[in-house]
Amino acid sequence: MRLRKSIAALEAPEGHGHYAVLPFGVAEIDEALPWGGLPLGALHEVAATGDDGAAVGFVVVLLGRLAIGQDKPVLWVADRDDLYAPGLAALGLPADRLMVARPGRGVRPQWAMEEGARCPGLAAVVGEAWDLDLTAARRLQLAARDSGVTVLVLNRGAGSSAALTRWRIASAPSVVSRSGDWAWRWQVTLSHCRGRGVGEAGVVATWLVEWHDETHRFRLVALAGNGPA
Amino acid sequence: MKRIVSVWLPSQATDRLERLADWCLRYTPWCAVDDGNGTGCGGLWLDITGCAHLWGGEKALLGDLLTRLGRQGVRARAGIADTPGAAWAWARFGDIDHPCLPSGGQRQILSGLAIRALRLPAAIVAGLGRMGLRTIGDLDTVPRAGLTARFGEVVLHRLDQAHGREDEPIAPRRPVAAHRAERAFAEPIVRAEDMAAGIRDLLARLCADLQLRDLGLRRLDVAAFRLDATVQHLVVGTSRPTRDPRHLFHLLDDPLRRLDAGFGIEMLRLSALDVETVTVRQTHLADGSVPKSGDALTRTIDRLENRLGFGRVHRYALRQSHLPERAVRRVGPGAAATGAVWPEDCRPLRLFDCPETVEAVAPLPDAPPLMFRWRRQIHRITHAEGPERLSAEWWRQRQADRDYYRVEDEAGRRFWLYREEPCDNETSPRWFLHGIFP
Repeated sequence: MRLRKSIAALEAPEGHGHYAVLPFGVAEIDEALPWGGLPLGALHEVAATGDDGAAVGFVVVLLGRLAIGQDKPVLWVADRDDLYAPGLAALGLPADRLMVARPGRGVRPQWAMEEGARCPGLAAVVGEAWDLDLTAARRLQLAARDSGVTVLVLNRGAGSSAALTRWRIASAPSVVSRSGDWAWRWQVTLSHCRGRGVGEAGVVATWLVEWHDETHRFRLVALAGNGPA
Repeated sequence: MKRIVSVWLPSQATDRLERLADWCLRYTPWCAVDDGNGTGCGGLWLDITGCAHLWGGEKALLGDLLTRLGRQGVRARAGIADTPGAAWAWARFGDIDHPCLPSGGQRQILSGLAIRALRLPAAIVAGLGRMGLRTIGDLDTVPRAGLTARFGEVVLHRLDQAHGREDEPIAPRRPVAAHRAERAFAEPIVRAEDMAAGIRDLLARLCADLQLRDLGLRRLDVAAFRLDATVQHLVVGTSRPTRDPRHLFHLLDDPLRRLDAGFGIEMLRLSALDVETVTVRQTHLADGSVPKSGDALTRTIDRLENRLGFGRVHRYALRQSHLPERAVRRVGPGAAATGAVWPEDCRPLRLFDCPETVEAVAPLPDAPPLMFRWRRQIHRITHAEGPERLSAEWWRQRQADRDYYRVEDEAGRRFWLYREEPCDNETSPRWFLHGIFP
């Protein structure tokens, strides 16, 4: 136990517990994270390769909660402009809180993400990155720490170890209730987390969650993998 | 009293004239090209009202201009008068040694010039010559109605323009900014640090000037006049009027790196192209921390727009249309929130600009599909909801109705498909994929 604590203190020299958090509203997920929720003012990665509808949806849910909770807009640095505003509203992100920036060919998205990460007037910045190298990720993490902006990276390539948490979201078959309600289900995997070791499956934990439109909340359906180590 | 310079540049092409006009901005912002109607005797107009004292007088200004043009190998003659017409005439037909016509005393001097100096077509000049009218002074002796009846309006038009009875405005090539700060360097500067220092100094002066008048600028133009008689312009814009020199210098950071000094820059001029009044909020002394988040957001939006391009940063606003692809429009990031309520229908998270064709198999014509093939992958449908019929807007051209289905495949991926009913009943319906649900 003491060894675990000293390793955790070594791994996070910025101060392990000094983050404001955004709770997920699902007790099991919140307990699996050392901070009790998603830490704000930090860099997080969501793997988004191939079919990324579920990953984008998960990110939009987080953005909605951040935008409304802090009453600030969010910035999305995108290469294709196909987000549909009515669909965002259904996941809890009002369209007037979202700003979309499309860098062209000459500008790297990392620059736009860093600019957004340094702005204390934003609640969060989302960027799509193909290969976020360690230097760029570290700069984003430092900028986020200074300004309090949460940076979420939709990573289409390999992950980097500068992020506090790394997630992988996949679609899961839904179950239609007898009354005809069709609640969407996702498989949420926490693949890496600063201060937590990985389990036997190579990830920290996996959950099956269900999204409810009316209440805009998650509900845990089943604990699909190992518990937190 | 206006003072106009007309520069005669014989046999110069129009694009060369335009470049020279841009270079002449160093003397005055009111520069225009006189193309001479393709006759090859074109030139430039410069309105130097009120600027001549900066160069030590009109003669000194002309001398400087002609010397610099001569260094570039351009033959030129110039004349200064109260009206463009008189300046044009004096530059081409007047006395080279005395190029400046005295203010108010030009009528007598002009009357000795030939009629060709009035910019009249050759046929009319020949006709007037046959009547015995050879100089401008002769035209004053003839009754005006007769001239109009014989040759049309143009003779009197040009005569009145030359004498100042009729106004001839010169349209400047570039918009003239009311607020400018400029600095000429004793030695041309080449290094980037010197350029940055010069711009910082000018920004401080320009912003102090704007502050005195409670104004902020929305567009700033930096003109660098190089030794080889070319001008380089950098333009930056902001979403809200600002007069913060640090913010503006930060916006100029990237364009400055692309500024090529060539052999040296001899003058820098900053012009505020768009100015607006700035509303300054009074903050309370008792407040512990002034919330800076609004300013920080505006500065970030400005930096993003200037670097990525105006129009590449946007928000979404509602448009009243039931067709999904027309229900959303893009607005600028500074647009105020309208507070419009989005409709409650279940809509996808991603919508394709162009719906993609899929091959679907449906058991009955009106039933949802059992499976479909998209991008060479087969998806078997486990659950479907619909149909939701969206008809085309009847006031536009006739388009087919669409039946939308929300489907989920065996892996849990959710799509928004639609079946397009053809207008005629002959062809079979086609299926498209329009959006992806999370």
